Amino acid sequence: MSRPASRILDWLAERLPLAAARDFASHKTVPVHRYTVVYYLGGMTLFFFIVQVLTGILLMLYYRPSAAEAFESVEFIMTTVPYGWLIRSIHSWSANLMVFFAFIHLVTVYFTKGYKSPRELTWLTGCALLFLSMAFGFSGYLLPWNQLAFFATKVGTDIAGAVPLIGEWLLRFLRGGDRVTGGTLSRFYGWHVAILPAISLLMLGVHLLLVQLQGMSVPPTVKEEAARRRPMRFFPNFALRDLFGWVLALGVLLAVAALFPWELGEKADPFAPAYKDIRPEWYFMFMFETLKLVPGGEIAGIEYEAIPILLFGVAALLMVLVPFLDQRSRTTGRSPTFTAIGSVSLVYMVGMTAWGYRSLVPVYAMLLTFLVMVVLSLGTRRVPRTGPKP
Amino acid sequence: MDTPESPEAGTPNRRGFLNWLLGTSVGALFGSVLYPVARFLSPPEIPEASTRQVEAGAVNDPELLEKGFKILRFGNEPVILVRLGDEEFRAFAGTCTHLDCIVEFHKEPGRIWCNCHNGEYDLRGRVVAGPPPRPLEAFQVDLVAKGAGQPKTVVVSRA
Repeated sequence: MSRPASRILDWLAERLPLAAARDFASHKTVPVHRYTVVYYLGGMTLFFFIVQVLTGILLMLYYRPSAAEAFESVEFIMTTVPYGWLIRSIHSWSANLMVFFAFIHLVTVYFTKGYKSPRELTWLTGCALLFLSMAFGFSGYLLPWNQLAFFATKVGTDIAGAVPLIGEWLLRFLRGGDRVTGGTLSRFYGWHVAILPAISLLMLGVHLLLVQLQGMSVPPTVKEEAARRRPMRFFPNFALRDLFGWVLALGVLLAVAALFPWELGEKADPFAPAYKDIRPEWYFMFMFETLKLVPGGEIAGIEYEAIPILLFGVAALLMVLVPFLDQRSRTTGRSPTFTAIGSVSLVYMVGMTAWGYRSLVPVYAMLLTFLVMVVLSLGTRRVPRTGPKP
Repeated sequence: MDTPESPEAGTPNRRGFLNWLLGTSVGALFGSVLYPVARFLSPPEIPEASTRQVEAGAVNDPELLEKGFKILRFGNEPVILVRLGDEEFRAFAGTCTHLDCIVEFHKEPGRIWCNCHNGEYDLRGRVVAGPPPRPLEAFQVDLVAKGAGQPKTVVVSRA
């Protein structure tokens, strides 16, 4: 290392616990077993989050959050600002990929029982981050102020209004009034660029700190295999593989953003009839489709519509509390009941999404994801040495 | 770069080649990310309609009578119109040549004045006192008759 660089490092080392950090990093290891591939999913989600922060900041330089100017400013970004179309398309694609990877990350952690003691807080902050991602998606969807977003927001906030007791308050709170107006847009913008990022950074900080302090969880079913195989050093082995994945993800992201630019649609008109297929983002589809199945009417003063909303609320709560409910996995490492509940929920969500789109693509996407994970985990299998040791 | 394997300076070796390959790839990656970002950050040119002439209202405009001046919208630029008498008007670029503030007119000493840093111009736009480096650009003022019995209209145009 050149002299000035090492002198700067020495200067910093006198003021910061650099040696301790270096020591920690050099001793950090990652367990190796047939499910090691799932350890990359959180990092992948983080990559898309970073892309969101960077492209989001860039878009803020030209975006104007008002009913009169929002659509025109996004149009300006996409048609006049150099590479504006690319930055916006990346932001939209990366948002969807972030939610997708956050979801896959959650599913793999759930089925490998990664939530069990002492990692309850990691699970709780992770769930919070997933909900925050969905809130980001919901609020960001409205910002271009186009027809699709306008009606999806009307429907989405109206659903919140059906929640018993607090529904009316919640609806006005979300909309910033009784109707979806420019006021709603300002409010969603505030959530999207200030409040949600602030909470997310806090949650992300705690989540990542816990992962660093506690290390990776070894799934109970591969404890023996992980004990037999030599763990991988985090630096540089795991970090470089992570980096490789990020570069690959960047390539895929740029390719889809350039080849399939995100549409802008038509400017929102509060007095035009809704489109034929007004639909939310794909990750809300299973809930949206469930609500469609419920007929109108009310029982004991509660609208039928409120029942699935309450059930989804309860299901989300159960998911959040799973580390405390699943006591068996802590003691025996196995909990077939929870694996079964998780499987049924997953099948329901994928199934309803497919039904909502009247398409099998969601099912294929899920199967393809599973297949890729299997291929990757086989690819990281230990290759037995045949030759003499060097 | 000095690697322990390098046998002789100038002789290609595998490590050197791989480092070169990795270095150029990383360089290309950063370049291809930073170039669009840099272009995005530089605001695009937006053509502005060029304004040659604006009507500033009647000669007996109450604002002109009261304050002795008026700031006009000349396209996207401000222009200061000063009333010196019933038929005598002058117009100048409204932004101070010092640091871009908008000037006003003080009737009493008959000076154009900038409140930001006490820049002072006379009624020909020349700097009298304060920090402005250049005189104010003068605009042409014409009085156009609108018809019998009607007050004349002030028309300001680029000189």
